[in-house]
Amino acid sequence: MTSTALHDLGVAQLAAELRERRVSAVEAAQHFLARAQAHQNLGAYVAVNPDITLAQARAQDAAIAAGTAGPLAGVPIAHKDIFVTKGFPSTAGSKMLAGYQSPFDATVVTKLADAGAVTLGKLNCDEFAMGSANENSAVAPMGFDAPAPVRNPWATDRIPGGSSGGSAVAVAARLAPAVTGTDTGGSIRQPASFCGITGIKPTYGRASRYGMIAFASSLDQAGPMARSAEDCALLLSAMCGPDPDRDSTSLDVPAENFSAKLNDSIDGLRIGIPAEFFGEGLAPDVRAAVDGALKEYEKLGAKLVPISLPRTQLSIPVYYIIAPAEASSNLSRFDGVKFGHRAKDYTDLVDMYKKTRAEGFGDEVKRRIMIGAYVLSHGYYDAYYLQAQKIRRMIADDFQNAFKSCDVIAGPVAPTVAWKLGDHGNDPLADYLADIFTLPGSLAGLPGMSVPAGFGEGGMPVGLQLLGNYFQEARLLNAAHRLQQATDFHLRRPEGF
Amino acid sequence: MTAKLIHGYEVVIGFETHTQLATQSKIFSRAPTAFGAEPNTQACAVDLALPGTLPVMNREAVACAIKLGLALGSHIAPVSIFARKNYFYPDLPKGYQISQFEIPVVQGGEVEFFLGDEKKTVRLVRAHLEEDAGKSLHEDFIGQSGIDLNRAGTPLLEIVTEPDMRSSEEAVAYAKELHKIVTWIGICDGNMQEGSFRCDANVSVRKPGQPLGTRREIKNLNSFKFMQQAIDYEIRWQIEQIEDGHAIQQATVLFDPDTGETRAMRTKEDAADYRYFPDPDLPPLHISEQWVQDERAQMAELPRTMAARFVADYGLPEYDATTLTQSQSMASYFEDAVKLAGPKEQEKPLAKMVANWMLGELSATLNSRGLDITQSPIGPELLGMHVHYVFNQKVSNPKALFKALLEAEFKSFDNLVEQIDALVKAKDLTPMNDSGALEKIIDEVIAANPDNVAQFRAGKDKAFNALVGQIMKASKGKANPTQVNELLRAKLAG
Repeated sequence: MTSTALHDLGVAQLAAELRERRVSAVEAAQHFLARAQAHQNLGAYVAVNPDITLAQARAQDAAIAAGTAGPLAGVPIAHKDIFVTKGFPSTAGSKMLAGYQSPFDATVVTKLADAGAVTLGKLNCDEFAMGSANENSAVAPMGFDAPAPVRNPWATDRIPGGSSGGSAVAVAARLAPAVTGTDTGGSIRQPASFCGITGIKPTYGRASRYGMIAFASSLDQAGPMARSAEDCALLLSAMCGPDPDRDSTSLDVPAENFSAKLNDSIDGLRIGIPAEFFGEGLAPDVRAAVDGALKEYEKLGAKLVPISLPRTQLSIPVYYIIAPAEASSNLSRFDGVKFGHRAKDYTDLVDMYKKTRAEGFGDEVKRRIMIGAYVLSHGYYDAYYLQAQKIRRMIADDFQNAFKSCDVIAGPVAPTVAWKLGDHGNDPLADYLADIFTLPGSLAGLPGMSVPAGFGEGGMPVGLQLLGNYFQEARLLNAAHRLQQATDFHLRRPEGF
Repeated sequence: MTAKLIHGYEVVIGFETHTQLATQSKIFSRAPTAFGAEPNTQACAVDLALPGTLPVMNREAVACAIKLGLALGSHIAPVSIFARKNYFYPDLPKGYQISQFEIPVVQGGEVEFFLGDEKKTVRLVRAHLEEDAGKSLHEDFIGQSGIDLNRAGTPLLEIVTEPDMRSSEEAVAYAKELHKIVTWIGICDGNMQEGSFRCDANVSVRKPGQPLGTRREIKNLNSFKFMQQAIDYEIRWQIEQIEDGHAIQQATVLFDPDTGETRAMRTKEDAADYRYFPDPDLPPLHISEQWVQDERAQMAELPRTMAARFVADYGLPEYDATTLTQSQSMASYFEDAVKLAGPKEQEKPLAKMVANWMLGELSATLNSRGLDITQSPIGPELLGMHVHYVFNQKVSNPKALFKALLEAEFKSFDNLVEQIDALVKAKDLTPMNDSGALEKIIDEVIAANPDNVAQFRAGKDKAFNALVGQIMKASKGKANPTQVNELLRAKLAG
């Protein structure tokens, strides 16, 4: 097999080639490292370390030869730079952590490595995962001297979505067969949708948060992004599982083989269609693509069931209270005392704090810290934070009510396709409003996916969002896989990649 | 009873005590908690708040909270919540302290103790689990501060009382009692110098019947001596302020042992807004009834229960029982001594006698030598034997025997009876048990003191005592006073 075609292979196929020793892990790693460099203008990668990557690859080749290989043996992947990793800098897209080296690996990173995956490098993201366009990264991508935009390979003047923008671009441009991302309010699903790839956020608590640099603790969740549901299932099976000694919010639910039910029939599957996801704000091109995918589902025997998620609108204010509140506290550790950036000149302790944090954090992070500190402060806590928590519970209840009449919920991931770089530049609220369809599922802690569903304005990809009840990842992947068996949207590739 | 007033003011004191829990590892990490190690050698990634780290509750610390709740008759919350207290300080690595705010693990309960012979009860508001901060070291670094995070994440129980105390003496007695309980149940090593038991006293004064005055909080009282001095100073200062027409401002103050004064660190105006909110990294702490039962089953008998048993089984007065249950070593000394003093049937009088000797001569001896009960030169075996001799009137002068035992060196406790018999003989402490000899002495004394005899017969009891004294003297102290009393009374009546 020639190595030029390696990047056309999905994880499942590549893993099989590696297992059969038709290609070595070292060859695969070298191939993708070369592609990462060749397409570094996209800004997807922020760090590579070929020595470490190739050492890992050699170890996997040995394991394959010895017959001790794991299910992902030799498969090169890359991690969103929100996961801490030994051997690569871990920056969370922030100047605050420029060059920071973690003494330990995130649990998810360890688990993927244990399954045989080889780490290609670290991927760009919005600073501390705060953003919907990956325009908030303060880190210079590989090959750049200064922060530069992450570009959508389908149209390089467009944003890739965020916050896992670098992750989505790496998969869409075939710079990695699969990657990790994190989703707090849609940060896996929305960039997956914008870049025409497949991504899944599992139930909150299924994947350990240990080693994920925290944005909003009660919402953050790791998940895989790849080209197909089949590939996502392979990665997700390796990523999930209890981590009671490191993450108290990790659930005591055993790891699962998410590939097992991919091919199950979906005849009779009840797909809930929330009226609130198809209202005024939804762009017609996105609506057309989503409707097309839903028609495919009907052809496959699924039934569309109208449902209501009445508090969908409220999810925006609720999320933009809770997430900043948690972030304002989570980011307090970045104070210049122990690690990360410290201002050069200061007169006293308070001055050091002020200058360090003023220099180290970008605008969006500062904005959210201020919002968060405000909603938690004495006299405002009840009116904002507590109220938001109450509505959050109601949103979760709305889903439980909806799942009485359906098995999965489907709708758009975002109201529009990816917009032009800089379009929302001075209007953070425009970014916030674009999160409307992903936030309800995040607030409820439900598993959710984005599956390529077609193309809209400017030939930009459109994703279909699938939401399942708690621990229904296998069902979501099954539904997504069946759609991908019947369509080829996930196989299309941006020109030149 | 009404509280003692100082210049017409009533004193009101409440306590907050930070008790360092004697766990092997930290409250939210696996790092060890050893004291006095090289700076930053007892801190792991979690304690340093490295990016990506998360807290995981140490069950051992929860068990300590359960034990305290059981010891103080508190409600142990089946569900309690950890909250973040947000503030910036260099020795607070996360920029927030994990504590409990709205729903603490231990709720209510009370501490009972004696102030003199008056029984006092101080009600608890709560006790909550939290993590300690690190230490800022300002001395060793010119123009800079060093940070030692060894202590960061050490588990604490903060024990908060109602403002129930009415004097510095009562406050110190409360603190001593609490100290006794936490060390007794083994949740704290009680080492005040190392900061294992740190008290903050909230002090205010008011005219009787008035609402509570504005309080000032004296922080970090780490010795009972300073505690009393600091509170006394603070009371005087507050009364002077009020008498001079100044209102008390709510403030946090520190006590300076060198000057004996308190001074304000910060006032209410610059009090921080800690932006408390439930910690999303830690699910609610669930404590099952079974867990509570398991801890109860494993717990040593509590001082309160033990004191009640001493009253019921040994017939001790409540004061004695409470005093003898000051520490586990004191209590077991007592019970061992009683067992050795004589048979079960005589347990009650023997116990009272053991208690009297422990709280009297022995306690005085230990105090004067600066020893605690575990270092006593007279162990429970010897005190038990001593009481045995006294109770059975096998010694003419109990105090003299006690002194002899104190000085004697016993190579072994084999044949202890023979050894003590020999000692009694050597010290000439054999009682005059021969009633013939005694009667002879009595007759002689009666004959030699006709005046006293006449006075006694005229109804003057003093004269009787004078005669007893004469008889005791004539017997060289060896006569049994009870026997002397009986025989003399019979003869004078005859």
